Amino acid sequence: MNIVPLWTLILALGVFFYVVLDGFDLGIGMLYGLAKSRDERTLMMNSIAPIWDGNETWLVLGGTGLFAAFPLAFAIILPAVYFPVLVMLLALIFRGCAFEFRFRDREHRGFWDHAFAYGSGLATFAQGVVLGAFIQGFPVRGRQFVGGAFDCISLFSIFTGIALMCGYCLLGACWLILKGEGALQARARRQARAALAATAAAVAVVSLWTPFIDADIARRWFSWPNIAFLAPVPLATAAVVLLLWRAAARNTVRPFFYAVALFTLSYLGIAISLFPMIVPHRFSLYDAASSPQTQIFLGLGTLFLLPVIIVYTGWSYWVFRGKVRADTGYH
Amino acid sequence: MGLDPLFLSRLQFAWVIAWHILLPAFTVGLASYVALLEGLNFFTDKPIYLRISTFWTRIFAIAFGMGVVSGVVMPFQFGTNWSRFSDATANVISPLLAYESLTAFSLEAGFLGVLLFGRHLVPRPAHFAAALLVAAGTLFSSFWILATNSWMQTPAGYKLVDGRFFPVDWLAVIFNPSFPYRLLHTVNGFFVTTGFAVMGVAAYLVHRGRHAEEGRAMLTMTLGLLTVLVPLQIFLGDLHGLNTLEYQPAKLAAIEAHWNAESHAPLALFALPDQDKETNHAVLEVPELGSLILTHSVDGVVPGLKQFPKADRAPVAVVFFSFRIMVGLGLLMLALVALAWLLRLRGRLFTSQWFLKLLFFAGPIGFVAVIAGWVTTEVGRQPWTVYGLLRTAQSVTPSLTGPQVLVSLLGYMLVYLVIYPVGVWMMCKAVLKGPGDIQSPVAGGRPAGPVVAPPQGSNQGSKPAEGAP
Repeated sequence: MNIVPLWTLILALGVFFYVVLDGFDLGIGMLYGLAKSRDERTLMMNSIAPIWDGNETWLVLGGTGLFAAFPLAFAIILPAVYFPVLVMLLALIFRGCAFEFRFRDREHRGFWDHAFAYGSGLATFAQGVVLGAFIQGFPVRGRQFVGGAFDCISLFSIFTGIALMCGYCLLGACWLILKGEGALQARARRQARAALAATAAAVAVVSLWTPFIDADIARRWFSWPNIAFLAPVPLATAAVVLLLWRAAARNTVRPFFYAVALFTLSYLGIAISLFPMIVPHRFSLYDAASSPQTQIFLGLGTLFLLPVIIVYTGWSYWVFRGKVRADTGYH
Repeated sequence: MGLDPLFLSRLQFAWVIAWHILLPAFTVGLASYVALLEGLNFFTDKPIYLRISTFWTRIFAIAFGMGVVSGVVMPFQFGTNWSRFSDATANVISPLLAYESLTAFSLEAGFLGVLLFGRHLVPRPAHFAAALLVAAGTLFSSFWILATNSWMQTPAGYKLVDGRFFPVDWLAVIFNPSFPYRLLHTVNGFFVTTGFAVMGVAAYLVHRGRHAEEGRAMLTMTLGLLTVLVPLQIFLGDLHGLNTLEYQPAKLAAIEAHWNAESHAPLALFALPDQDKETNHAVLEVPELGSLILTHSVDGVVPGLKQFPKADRAPVAVVFFSFRIMVGLGLLMLALVALAWLLRLRGRLFTSQWFLKLLFFAGPIGFVAVIAGWVTTEVGRQPWTVYGLLRTAQSVTPSLTGPQVLVSLLGYMLVYLVIYPVGVWMMCKAVLKGPGDIQSPVAGGRPAGPVVAPPQGSNQGSKPAEGAP
C-alpha cells in the first residue's frame, strides 16, 4: 500500500498549522517589543497566554512527523541547519518561560519583557533561515549531510529570515486587530499595514530570486504551458494583498483570515517550486519515506487523532474567544 | 587535545535530558494530584480542596511551561546530533515518538489553557475534565517515551537490513521485554517524587503555622499515598532488576561492579571499581547477599564483566555509584514514611517540629533518586544506543565538528542555568505565599468582573506588601 501522498499531505498540513498558529503568537512577541505601556504588554501577552503552548505543539508534531514519515530528510536537514535550529530552540525557551516568569518575577520584569520580544524575533529569524537554506539545498553524500555548519547561512537565507519576521508580524498584528480594542487595536491596524507592505515586497523578491538560484524552479514556473496554469498563484497573491490592505483599516475579523490566505498562497508557491523533492536536488518524497509498515502504522492513528486534536484545539480557542481582557490572563 | 564531537554530543544530550526529566518527574505526579483535588472539589464542594488545587496549579503552570520548552528541544537532538541513529532506527521508533506528540503533548497543551485560565469561563464539569485530560496526557507521554527508551535497551520486533532497523511486529516493538517494568518503575517513581515534594511543602506550611490547615490536609493525603507507593517502588525496582539480569547481563554486572561470574556472589556495599585492572578496591561486602537479591537464590549465578569484551562494557564506577545512591535514597524514603507513621500513631505528626523540618529538607529526595536511576539505566546501556546492535560511536552525526558541538553545548548550559534557577525560585515564591484566599467559584459562564485579575504592580492574595519593590 502506498501512502506517501497521504503523508505528504499530513505533514504539509502540520507544518502549515505550525506556521500560522505559532506564527501569529511569535509575531505578537515581536510587536510586544514596540508596545507603549505595561498594560498594553499585559493585554498582548494575555491574548495568547492560554493558547501558545498548544501552538508550539505543532512544531513538535512537525518535527516528529518528519522523523516518522521522511526520516532520511530529517537526518540530512537537521544537521545541515544545526545552528539555526539551536538558536530557534534557545530563543523559544526564553520566550516560552517569559510568559510565566514575567508575571511572577517582578524584580526582573524588564528582562523577561526583552526575553519575550527578542526571543520571538530570533526564533522567527532562525526559522526563516532554515526555510531559505532548505530551498537552496544541501551537499549530501550517501544518506548523510556532508557540508559545513555555516553553509546554511547565505544572503538568500538571511533574506528569508527577515521576510519571515515581516510575515509573522503581519499575522500577529492581524490577531491583535481581532482581539484588541481601542488604542491597542488602532496601532495594530497601522502595524498590520506596515508589515503587509514589507511582507508583500519580500514575497515578490523571494519569488523572483528563487528561479535565479535554481534553473529547475525557473523552468517549472516560466515554461509554456506551466506559466498559464501557475499564473493564478501570483495573481491571487496580489489580490489578497490588496484586500488585506483595505481590510486592515476597517475590518476586525477579515484581516487575520486574509493574512492566513497570503501565507497559504506563499506556502503553495514554495510547494510548487520544490515538489516532489523533500531534500531539494537529492531526494524525493518517495526516496526519503520511511518503510510502508511504519507509515501505515502511524497513519492509521494519525487519521483518527489529528481531527480530534483539531476539534479540541478549536474548542480551546472558542473558550477564550472575544476581546482580550486583563482577567483572562495570569492568576 | 582535540574536541571530540561524539563525547560533546553525549554530554549535550545528557545535559538537556537530565534537566528535562526533572520536570516530568514533577508534572506527571502533580497533574494527577491536581486532577484528584479538582475531583474532590467537584464532588464534595469543600473549599479547602479548591484552595489546595489552585495553589498547586500555580506551581504546576511554571513547571509545565518549562517542561514544554525543554521538551521541544528533545526530538530535535535526534536530528542535529544523532542523525545516523535517526536514519538507522527511524522506521521502528519514530512512530512511538510521533504518537507521543499526537496523543500526549497535544492533549496536555490543548487543555492546559482551560485548566489554568478557564475555571470561570467553562462549566465546572468541563474544567474538571480538562484537569483529568491533562493528567491523562502526562501518563500517555510517559507510555510512549518509555516505550521508545525501552526499545533502545531491549530491542524486539524488528529485522536488520543493511544496518537499518525495520519493523516486523509492532506489539513486540512497543511491549519489548523491559518496557512494562521500566514504565511501572518510572511512573511510580515520578509519583513518589511528587509525593515527597508535596509532603515537604506541606510540612513547611504546618511548621510555619500559616495555612496550616491546608498543610495538614496535604500531609495526610501524601503520607497515605507514599505508604503504598514507596514499598511498591522497591518491589517494582526488584522486578526491574530481575529483568535486567535476564536481558542485559553486562549492564547488571557493571551496576554490581562484578567481574567474575559466580554463584553465592557477595553484595558490594561500597567499592572503588577499577575498569582497567578489572577489579575493585576498598571493598565492603556482604557474603551471599548479591546472589540472593539479584537472583532470589544463594545458588544463583551473578554474571561477571569478564564474560564480555572490554569494548562492550559500560563505565562501571558511574553506574555502581548511581545505583547505590538510588537504592539508598529509596530506603531512606521508606524510613521517613515509617517514622511518619510512628509519630502519627502517637498523635504527634503535626507537632514534631524537628520531623516537619526533616520532611521539608527531604522534599527534593525523589528528584535525586530519579536522576540517579536515569544515570544507572542510560549509562548502563553504553557503549550502545540500541543495546548490543548499534554503537553510540556509530550513531552520531558525521558532519559535526568539535567546536560546533562545544558552542551548542555552552548555549544550552547558559540558557538552562538561567531558566532553571529562576523557575525554581518562582515555585519557591509561590510556596512562600501559600494557598491564597479564593473567591467563591463561579458555576459557569462568565464572571461579571475581574476575578483573578493580575493588575500591574499590585499584590494579590492574602499577603500585602510582600515582594513590593
